[in-house]
Amino acid sequence: MSALPASAPRLAGRSRRERMPWGNPIVYFVALVVIALMLAPIAYIIAGGFRTNAQITEDPSGLPAPWVPENYLNVLTSGTFWTEVGNSAIAAVVTTVGVVALGLMAGYVLARYRFRARGFLYALFAAGLMFPMTVAITPLYLVVRQIGLMNSPAGVILPQIAFALPTTIIILVPFLKAIPDELEEAAAIDGTGRLGFFWRMVLPLSLPGVITVGILAFIASWNSYLLPLFVLSHESTYTLPLGVQAFASQYSVDTAKVLAFTSLSMIPALVFFSVFERRIVGGLTGAVKG
Amino acid sequence: MTPYRARRIFEASRSLSTQASKLSRDRTARPASPPAGRAAGAPPTGAADTRGTGRPGRGRDRRATASTRRDWVKTAEIALLVGPALIVFLAFVIFPVVMAAYYGFFRWKGFGAPTDFIGLQNYVTILQDPEFHEALWHNGVIVVMSLVLQGPAALLIALLLNRRMRGQSIIRVLIFVPYVISEVVVGTGLSLMLQSEGALNGLLERIGLGFLAADWLADPDAAIWTLLVILTWKYLGFAVILFLAGLQGIPDELTEAAQIDGASYWQIQRRITLPLLGPTTRIWAFLSIIGSLQLFDLVYIIWGQYVASTAGTSTMATYMVANGRNAGNYGYGNAVAVVLFLISLIVALVYQRYVLRRDTAGALTEGRR
Repeated sequence: MSALPASAPRLAGRSRRERMPWGNPIVYFVALVVIALMLAPIAYIIAGGFRTNAQITEDPSGLPAPWVPENYLNVLTSGTFWTEVGNSAIAAVVTTVGVVALGLMAGYVLARYRFRARGFLYALFAAGLMFPMTVAITPLYLVVRQIGLMNSPAGVILPQIAFALPTTIIILVPFLKAIPDELEEAAAIDGTGRLGFFWRMVLPLSLPGVITVGILAFIASWNSYLLPLFVLSHESTYTLPLGVQAFASQYSVDTAKVLAFTSLSMIPALVFFSVFERRIVGGLTGAVKG
Repeated sequence: MTPYRARRIFEASRSLSTQASKLSRDRTARPASPPAGRAAGAPPTGAADTRGTGRPGRGRDRRATASTRRDWVKTAEIALLVGPALIVFLAFVIFPVVMAAYYGFFRWKGFGAPTDFIGLQNYVTILQDPEFHEALWHNGVIVVMSLVLQGPAALLIALLLNRRMRGQSIIRVLIFVPYVISEVVVGTGLSLMLQSEGALNGLLERIGLGFLAADWLADPDAAIWTLLVILTWKYLGFAVILFLAGLQGIPDELTEAAQIDGASYWQIQRRITLPLLGPTTRIWAFLSIIGSLQLFDLVYIIWGQYVASTAGTSTMATYMVANGRNAGNYGYGNAVAVVLFLISLIVALVYQRYVLRRDTAGALTEGRR
């Protein structure tokens, strides 16, 4: 019974293991062409960091000849880069934990409690999808300034949590609704209250959805640009996207170095995503199928 | 073991979705009924209710008092669980949005309290500004072209990747890469590649297509197309993720049955897969439209300050920042934000009314049967 919500991903995983034919060569060819198109600009950014500026000016589309690791070494040994990695990591991790915790609690109530304001609350959170941060950025900046959170990680984290809540709740509610009532009844017979049920059953059963929204929140935070731009003005508090832009304008003539800095800044999000890729597809299945 | 287990899992998932649909029907049928007043036999909604109705032979009065207390506990639980999310959401989303609407009525430079009330003057100015018309037109082009360029491409790629083949997961990860890296990285890298002395023109030169070389970013005729290609490249991965998720929700049994009946691969895709992907497609299109209307980061990072006047890629959001914050006219900027919001809202409402209607409510939970 407890394995039910996981049945769809398991089904897919099982048949993948059992019969994994080589398939049609044309499929591979098309896949390779698509991948080449998707990766070419990224390959350019990464390879560009291994060149010198002279190489880039002389032949903008060439490969590194010879490969020069200096740019990468310079960035990796500079304190700025690691400070910004740290700032981004703090903001992303706390945002993720906050979004998942608040979203799960609120989503649980919206999915499984009956009360008069429920429809209104759901509509209110869903309406958040209509409010891009762009629309609210000036007043948002004033709010953050008013409560003294300028240049502090909390000034980025709290608004990020707030703006991620609509997506989170919309993805999680179907998961929480799909947990069978029988489980809740059984838990009640065993003497577990609604809150106990939340901790012991809801958390583990909604894990696929939780991981999905967690990854989405983490990547959105890691990449976010507009909010940090308004809230963080001291260089010591910069997150990586701000750092990349500051670096790009500071060393605007040193293209190779900018490319090296840019390449390194995308690694964490890429690693994080590739580790959890299958979970994202699995988690969205519950939310988008209809 | 395989057919047996597959059938069991399939039946289990069907019973789960039946369950879910029963659940939503029951809930919508009796929204306001108090927990203790429920007839025996109806599925109870909460654990506490089960305890109450599960014991026969208790007095009516006793049950009533217990239920009042239970109601109180339930209210406390609701407050405890929703409270934190609601406070954060109200403080950092709803309040700023309301304030944006308020500031839009003032000629306000961002210092002190807004005092210079000018009513709808900001809105009149916006609607008469040719630069805004241009931005609105760009947004319209982006909405339509994003749907036309990304939708079919993403669908084909998702169908391709949904086939059983080796290296499937690594191929998926690689296709999602542009979606995962940040707008700043994309913007910084691509603006270096696409400038007139950049890598793309260098490459065209090298393979003998030098006559195709162009000033991709600065030529106003080319720039909007450059932007569309960049957007397609960047957000295709997201569409593919959604379509793959939708494809996973289609039971293998359906396509297997069609195969046994002798349907070809393309017949199966056209008659079974595509119709069943309908809800996913409509949700993706909705997200794409809203995203296109509100596009800001990439344009602002790649084209920077000269976007509005020369490059021909301005959007309502870049118009807002350029004529609001960057020009010091905070009141005006907030009025633009309100216009942008109203346009998004109208589009969203129309879309939900006429397109998403068949997917609403139950469709999200009932699963396909």
